[in-house]
Amino acid sequence: MGDPGPTSAAALRILVTEAEFDLAAEAERLETGPETGAVVTFLGRVRDVVSEDGGGLRHMEIEHYPGMTERALEAIAREAADRWPLAGVTVIHRYGHLAPGDRIMMVATSSRHREAAFEAAAFLMDYLKSRAPFWKKEVTADGEAWVAAVEKDEDALGRWR
Amino acid sequence: MTLRVLYFAWLRERIGTGREEVETGAATVADLVEELRAREERYAVAFADMTTVRAAVDQELVPLDTPLAGAREVAFFPPMTGG
Repeated sequence: MGDPGPTSAAALRILVTEAEFDLAAEAERLETGPETGAVVTFLGRVRDVVSEDGGGLRHMEIEHYPGMTERALEAIAREAADRWPLAGVTVIHRYGHLAPGDRIMMVATSSRHREAAFEAAAFLMDYLKSRAPFWKKEVTADGEAWVAAVEKDEDALGRWR
Repeated sequence: MTLRVLYFAWLRERIGTGREEVETGAATVADLVEELRAREERYAVAFADMTTVRAAVDQELVPLDTPLAGAREVAFFPPMTGG
């Protein structure tokens, strides 16, 4: 009996898109088979910011690295599928021009039991924050500024090592 | 060798292009940065603080001392802010 290689049979779905996505349809896509007892979804939205003059966020520009971004998301999803017994992993991330309240991204995981689905979803979010090739620029009444990476996002990876 | 060099986010803005072909004999990513810095002021400005710059060789995130032998594409960008 040789090593069959990667043991995970999880279905990975990775999408990097400018378009809006359908959260309900994506969750439903993971409702496969009677043995899948849990589907966890996380939705990320563009949060308004309060600027000095109280003007708030006009919009956000999200840049990515076509090719590398998809590969990085797939590697993170595959890592989750190797760590937890998942049936499916979906990662969708948008780029381009987004307004406050717009959906930026989602992850969804499915498994027999909720623990694996919840933990894998949290793992995916922590890794996406600092390992997915996206860069955000915020445009407010004060001008525009690139969002800096924050230490706590890097620190959050510590709990998965 | 000729490398395709890509820049993202504020590096792209400071350098003034997102993509260029660079003829170089640089042995490592760090050597390439040195070459670019010496070339023009805008590169020196963009690469002034390397603690805020990340690099990828052929779309894999790598440390700056990574050799460039066989590489086709090098990218420079700030720390990533996905999610």
